[in-house]
Amino acid sequence: MAGDEQTPRPPGTRPDDAPTLPAVGVVGLLRWTWRQLTSMRVALMLLMLLAVVAVPGSVLPQRPQSPADVARYLEDNPGLGPWLDRLGFFDVYASVWFSAVYLLLFVSLVGCIVPRLRLHLRAVRARPPRVPRRLERFAVHDEVVTDATPAQVLAAVEPVLRGPLARLPRFRTEVERSPRDGVAATVAAERGYLRETGNIAFHLALLGILVSVAAGQMLEYRGQAIVVEGRGFANAVTDYDTFEAGTFFDASTLVPFTMRLDRFTADFFADARPRDFVADVTLIDPSTGGEPRQREIRVNHPITAGGAKIYLQGNGYAPTVEIRDAAGELAFAGAVPFLPEDGVYTSRGVIKVPDVSTGPQIGLVGYLLPTAEVTPLGVRSVFPQPADPRLVLTVWSGDLGLDDGVPQNVYELDSEAMTQAVDDAGTPVTLVVEPGTPVELPDGLGTLTWTDLPRFVALDLRHDPALPWLAGFAVAALVGLAVSLFTPRRRIWLRVTERDGRTVVGAAALARGDDVGLPDELERVLRAVRDLDEGRE
Amino acid sequence: MSLGEISQLLAWGATTAYAIALVAFAMDLARLADRMGVERARAGRSVLATAGAPGVPPAADDAPDAPAAVLASRTRAVGIAMATTTAGFGLHLAAAVTRGLAAGRVPWANMYEFALVGALVAVGVFLGLCRRRDLRFLGTIVVGIAVLALGVGLAVFYTPASAVEPALQSYWLVIHVSIAIVATGLFAVSFATSVLHLLKDSRAAGSPRLAGERWRALDVLPSTRELEALSFRVTAVGFVLWTFTVMAGAVWAEHTWGRYWGWDPKEVWSFVVWVVYAAYLHARTTRGWSGRRAAWFVVVGFATVVFNFTGVNLFFQGLHDYGGVPGGS
Ligand code: HEM
Repeated sequence: MAGDEQTPRPPGTRPDDAPTLPAVGVVGLLRWTWRQLTSMRVALMLLMLLAVVAVPGSVLPQRPQSPADVARYLEDNPGLGPWLDRLGFFDVYASVWFSAVYLLLFVSLVGCIVPRLRLHLRAVRARPPRVPRRLERFAVHDEVVTDATPAQVLAAVEPVLRGPLARLPRFRTEVERSPRDGVAATVAAERGYLRETGNIAFHLALLGILVSVAAGQMLEYRGQAIVVEGRGFANAVTDYDTFEAGTFFDASTLVPFTMRLDRFTADFFADARPRDFVADVTLIDPSTGGEPRQREIRVNHPITAGGAKIYLQGNGYAPTVEIRDAAGELAFAGAVPFLPEDGVYTSRGVIKVPDVSTGPQIGLVGYLLPTAEVTPLGVRSVFPQPADPRLVLTVWSGDLGLDDGVPQNVYELDSEAMTQAVDDAGTPVTLVVEPGTPVELPDGLGTLTWTDLPRFVALDLRHDPALPWLAGFAVAALVGLAVSLFTPRRRIWLRVTERDGRTVVGAAALARGDDVGLPDELERVLRAVRDLDEGRE
Repeated sequence: MSLGEISQLLAWGATTAYAIALVAFAMDLARLADRMGVERARAGRSVLATAGAPGVPPAADDAPDAPAAVLASRTRAVGIAMATTTAGFGLHLAAAVTRGLAAGRVPWANMYEFALVGALVAVGVFLGLCRRRDLRFLGTIVVGIAVLALGVGLAVFYTPASAVEPALQSYWLVIHVSIAIVATGLFAVSFATSVLHLLKDSRAAGSPRLAGERWRALDVLPSTRELEALSFRVTAVGFVLWTFTVMAGAVWAEHTWGRYWGWDPKEVWSFVVWVVYAAYLHARTTRGWSGRRAAWFVVVGFATVVFNFTGVNLFFQGLHDYGGVPGGS
């Protein structure tokens, strides 16, 4: 079977009947198509095609990964862009053509592997091929003459061929005593059935991986939540900032664990590159007894809670501010996450104050600078740690637009119904706020006090019930592949004859393909025969 | 002088040693070819007469072309070549170790370090294989690749040693990247073998461009069948390791980003590499695709490997965006 197309031909068809196919009719056409699809040549073509169609996804921006880049590309290429879009080039791995190639490949794989599996099951039960007439004609052959009797030779050779494991013999061995006149015995042995077993296991495991990935996509959920130091998070769809789930995900299966961020520690090198991030949390998980437990989440070390993995995905500062309105009433008190925009944590955020007792609603937009440096051109941040923090804010007043029921982005100010505070010269007012020092808002809007600077973490929560399956199939694929590539297929034949009162053992070995270990394998068997004489001396 | 600078000097030393070895390997092949010409002429089968004439096949491949005596009596050049390669390997190993000590971590987290350690593995695999079989004919190409990788690494990709960022702090980094580098070293060796296979095969088939004197060294090599078998065996090991690399990478991505596969450019190209080599394994067993055609898959496969290590870091942006090239990525 070496080197040939493995597809068994349907009964009753001839190899050359392909060109006459119209006469064969629909069934014949289907049969012909199936045979082509499951042929090794088409599998090869499909593999090459798969490599080619995967490439555009690395060259063009992809919508699932970076929708903003796709929008920019479409803007920059008004001619070509829409065409590429229509053809699915901005979501290659979900496109019709990419899917078609890999689905055809897997159909081909099944059509290829199932008949092979049947053949293999038969081959495993079959006997090793008979001893050829002339052993000298094989490249690897040898002859030993010994004083031992044929029975002793057989008794010495058989354990070597069988190997140490009774259940999993090294060689399948068939001994024939006195098959012909003048021949005392022949031994036919074959090993390497595991090669094909491994090959089939590998291909089936690939199929398992594909199915697991697909199942995972239908059953998973993933969400993001921002949690400020000292605050908590409860695992419910409403507590997530974003939440996505597969088609067959059932929200009632969410385990209601809660988690509190006790402390977040960030460590940086002197040149502001991050060194380490650690989030210390207290977790209360009913699925593991419900006792509060201290856990640590690091960048590469997610924790598990309620079947979901929790990843530390990002972090930043959430300054706590108090705002009193024109009447001196407390209108707002709380921590507001500012999203970092660069390596030194220049962070942008919006403080919205809707609940004023009198006057217009207030919106504050601006930046947090953890270590501020004041220059003639303005202020900027020079280091990510909060050595000398400042808030730089512009002030808006009017209607925040929170009451019309349309969900709003908390990191953007809808300034449509608001006016910006300006000074007498007409330039916008910029407040530079230090922690602890109250600041008057312009136009008598009130006062702002920056009381504290806790950090926040952005957490990714993800649950994919197919992961253990995926891992299992991946391991099976790897093991199957290694077994299939590194198991040698070898045959060994011995012919034992008696000549002039001595015993002559003729031997030959054959391997599938190029096999450097073949002579050694034969020698290992013959050494058992040679050792018979040594023991005698 | 800091440890990082010592490492850089050692790497330059290794490059120099390899460059000397490269010259010696080339001289060895040239001398062997000369000697074989003499042997052949003596045997009455003058290759010299026909070899210069374009279009005339010099000698049938697989003919007993390299008289055993010639191969056994290697020239002095090959001794020098192996000695300088071994010395270069020692310097190279020291360069990698000091680099790791200077950075306080495993030395494979940016492109310079990939090049440094990848070349180290390629030469290591070559020296290791040479202990068991006489594969010194591969020296020219393997050592050539090492010189190129180290030279480009030092001249273009070099960055001073420093610790890595949180996304990279994981033992999966150590596993994933180290196996990737070993696989790359193996693919480099199988690439070298397949290139020789293709050249020798073309010469035997009478390619006019390869018929000249300069290519006589090809006659000294083992038969195309042996080259093919060697290339396959090395590629097979590389493929299993690459399969493991991709899987370990998925585990790492799962730990770091919360998804095991996201079609990041690096992931796309690792997948392309994997599929090309899978296609190679299929081509070998497909009627009409074995031999020469299959050997081309090894060449294309290695091109995708090299692109995965260089082009993807330089041209595309993605999560694997820490090649650490100044001004790049
Ligand atoms: C999903 C795509 C596929 C991949 C990644 C793949 C991968 C591989 C690999 C790596 C091998 C080498 C293992 C060995 O030689 O034992 C192999 C062998 C083989 N594959 Fe596939 N395969 C795929 C699809 C197919 C299909 C569709 C067919 C059927 C036409 C097929 C038939 C075979 C056969 C017959 C061998 C054995 C070659 C031999 O005996 O050496 N494979 N495959």
